[in-house]
Amino acid sequence: MQRGLDSETKKQLEEEEKKIISEEHWYLDLPELKEKESFIIEEQSFLLCEDLLYGRMSFRGFNPEVEKLMLQMNAKHKAEEVEDETVELDVSDEEMARRYETLVGTIGKKFARKRDHASYEEDENGDIKPIKAKKMFLKPQD
Amino acid sequence: MAEPVSVAAEYLAGSRARAARTVLGQVVLPGEELLLPEQEDAEGPGGAGERPLSLNAGARSRVRVVCGPGLRRCGDRLLVTKCGRLRHKEPGSGCGGGVYWVDSQQKRYVPVKGDHVIGIVTAKSGDIFKVDVGGSEPASLSYLSFEGATKRNRPNVQVGDLIYGQFVVANKDMEPEMVCIDSCGRANGMGVIGQDGLLFKVTLGLIRKLLAPDCEIIQEVGKLYPLEIVFGMNGRIWVKAKTIQQTLILANILEACEHMTSDQRKQIFSRLAES
Repeated sequence: MQRGLDSETKKQLEEEEKKIISEEHWYLDLPELKEKESFIIEEQSFLLCEDLLYGRMSFRGFNPEVEKLMLQMNAKHKAEEVEDETVELDVSDEEMARRYETLVGTIGKKFARKRDHASYEEDENGDIKPIKAKKMFLKPQD
Repeated sequence: MAEPVSVAAEYLAGSRARAARTVLGQVVLPGEELLLPEQEDAEGPGGAGERPLSLNAGARSRVRVVCGPGLRRCGDRLLVTKCGRLRHKEPGSGCGGGVYWVDSQQKRYVPVKGDHVIGIVTAKSGDIFKVDVGGSEPASLSYLSFEGATKRNRPNVQVGDLIYGQFVVANKDMEPEMVCIDSCGRANGMGVIGQDGLLFKVTLGLIRKLLAPDCEIIQEVGKLYPLEIVFGMNGRIWVKAKTIQQTLILANILEACEHMTSDQRKQIFSRLAES
């Protein structure tokens, strides 16, 4: 006696079900539209077209802040065309290295235990002396 | 003046699209179609208006062309929408076929993103100010868009103040929005314009002429006496000098210089310098 359906008939039924489901889905019956790549970009702004100066101006020292701004904005405008930009660091590398050197010592002191405080003695200048070798118990030789 | 008229008449008679390159510096009328340089090769002298636009992607590498104010894209061509002279700018660095635009003249300003304008505060409602910029609707300006403004530290702006700011949103579907800081959060000269001074209106073309890098008018004006000027791209200029008389002279010069020849202008400046 056959229990249930054959595997073949099962497969067929499944396929038919899938077909019914997919046919129910909506789709657009249009021909394939090819996207036209346009090489023309539309811009309504005059900023791209003409190099205009900055809108605030002051002459003969009437408003010193605006005069400073004028130099800044108009120079920025011209500097964009020249591509030599040197990145100015706020803090130089040497200063960074020095800071880190002292920083490690001061923070280390905070977490050092009382016994280790001896190794963090400070010089006259306030610099931390290099750590000396700890004195360990030496076993006497026979 | 006969030259642009004859050219236009010839065009209308022929009704053929002209190459943009040949029309540079000439007067163009709305409705004209202009061909970009790459398309000229295909269009022979006997070519009628219609030819199949076969875009052979492999054959030619197209360069990106920007069509500026006064021009619209129409298929692969440029369609002129304002009358004026056609201008072109070569690309400085990088790719691109440059910018084409029409140098036209008008008095009515249409808000454009990125433009610096002078506005007048007309209303203060809740957290935003309504600023009249000369467009079809007042622009909105949030109180947080000033340098150093926080919810507790509000800027000191009253109704009737003059604001120098730039647009961040400006299209035909939405109300324009302006701010008084740049993308880094710095004011860069934007914000409330100080006390006194005089605000007056001129045409948009004059503003662009005065803001050109090599404008002689501004250089000459700067030599007269200490003064401060703010130009808004919406056709508004604010001037301030030490006395009211000087301010008024300055305003008159700037309004009149649009229609003066350079000789007349030099005469006026020399007379002023004497007095």
